[in-house]
Amino acid sequence: MLAFLLTLMLLLGVVIVLAYAERKVAAFMQDRLGPTEAGPYGSLQAVLDVLKLLQKEDIVPALADKGLFKLAPILIFAAVFAGFAVIPISPTLVPAGIGIGVFYLLAIISLDVIGLLMAGWGSNNKYAMLGAMRSVAQIVSYEIPAGLAILSAVMVSQSLDFQEISYQQGVLMNAFPGMGYETNWLFGIQALGIDTTNIGGITTWNIFRAPMLLVAFVIYFIASLAESNRAPFDIPEAESELVAGFHVEYSGFRFAVLFLAEYSMMVLVSLVAVILFLGSWNTPLPNIGSVALANWTTGTIGEISGNLWAAFWLISKTFVLLFVQLWARWTYPRLRVDQLMYLCWKVLTPVALVVVLLAGVWRLLMI
Amino acid sequence: METIKKEAYKHKSGFWHVVKSLVSGARLTLRHFANANKRRKPVYVSDDSYFKQPDGLATLTYPYEALPIPDNGRYRLHNEIEDCIVCDLCAKVCPVNCITIESVKATEDIGVTSDGTKKRLYAPVFDIDMAKCCYCGLCTTVCPTDCLTMTPVYDFSEVNIKNMIYHFTDLSPEQAQEKQRLFEKQQEEMAAAKAAALAARKQQG
Repeated sequence: MLAFLLTLMLLLGVVIVLAYAERKVAAFMQDRLGPTEAGPYGSLQAVLDVLKLLQKEDIVPALADKGLFKLAPILIFAAVFAGFAVIPISPTLVPAGIGIGVFYLLAIISLDVIGLLMAGWGSNNKYAMLGAMRSVAQIVSYEIPAGLAILSAVMVSQSLDFQEISYQQGVLMNAFPGMGYETNWLFGIQALGIDTTNIGGITTWNIFRAPMLLVAFVIYFIASLAESNRAPFDIPEAESELVAGFHVEYSGFRFAVLFLAEYSMMVLVSLVAVILFLGSWNTPLPNIGSVALANWTTGTIGEISGNLWAAFWLISKTFVLLFVQLWARWTYPRLRVDQLMYLCWKVLTPVALVVVLLAGVWRLLMI
Repeated sequence: METIKKEAYKHKSGFWHVVKSLVSGARLTLRHFANANKRRKPVYVSDDSYFKQPDGLATLTYPYEALPIPDNGRYRLHNEIEDCIVCDLCAKVCPVNCITIESVKATEDIGVTSDGTKKRLYAPVFDIDMAKCCYCGLCTTVCPTDCLTMTPVYDFSEVNIKNMIYHFTDLSPEQAQEKQRLFEKQQEEMAAAKAAALAARKQQG
């Protein structure tokens, strides 16, 4: 219960910051000022937006399928929020440390699709229906390259546990039960003879342990943009053609929940990318001889210093990825449906399959 | 022709070209983002940087900052009633009849304007309807004492259109009535004196 509340609070905080950042980043990239009036530099704008939404009337269209319509936002948010249960925040802090975390996460996020269909169908609106169908087609398609990219990371890590994958990518590896005598080699190759177990930092991140995971990371990042319906893959919400997509009929609190779910999804996919490829809560600074940067910026496991450093690194890396998401949104034009499917099935999926094969071979070399 | 097209198409496609164009697009927005600490300055049109849009944010937060306006710009009218001799020239020249003036002759000496012209008239009504004004500036040209001027104020919209009528008189209605009464009394006295003089001349003649 405490984990539930803490995760919810953390998520709400991150989403508020993200919603504000979205407006400011968009403005700065377009040579505008963005919000300036509410609070210093407009920093209270996102909070006020939420308060405004909560005050608005909760409209349920007369001809809507009321049950589905009312249930959909809750289901969508619950599906995304449940994904946060397996995200490790620090070496000792994870809401639910289950051994098949990656598998669970992929499964629970897929539930999102049902909610989208419910919202689109229940609204009894052609735009909502079109938006929902596009959204589902896109999410289901992009789950394949995303899943293959995740699979290659899992193959290299030999684990479905996010916490174990996190421990492998830093100086604390030998502290994880059952990995006391494991060794990290540079690029994962023992033949090179460079032991990076105690160097840590960026040299033990998954993209360094197995360099082909860099490609997997790019594939996963592109697919995750599509899964969270972000530009340039925002055809389900294409403002200029579909008004707002599947949530066109929603207002007030239910819209706020959908909005929250959308931003939570962005945060979740970025967290997963950070954990699987970019060293999770581990510091990027390596130990160089007697300058033990990695040890200094890791803290002690189980103590406040360890938890704070880990949370700091995890959240900073996540915000970097979130910034890239915003950056992409305000730079690239929206893809057409056929371009979207071409990219997914003819580019990303074959490349991801090759990466999976390479990851398997690499894992054999790593032993 | 056909081959040129084909070559152009070849030149613009392919994996590396796509990557190159994606990167150049991303660099463009990132450059604008990095320049966001700079702002456009509210400079006058004669400044060199006015037309060259400098780096950084283009927005001016209008009520707090605004571009300066030219000295000969024609915006809201203002009448300095202390200097007005109520000559009615502005009302006569106005092409849209937006100036309404009523005058009462003064019974006593009411001083001079700042440029030394003697004032002989009170203005119980000096109204300018800025909703009708066409900003031609003719009234400021004809004004003999330069009391009617164009100010640099251009943001003066109102919710109620009646508030667009500006009252410039310095007399309250009571004061105006008093001046009118005094003037009429003086006229009566003068008329009486005239009549008495006429009667006296008749008696003589």
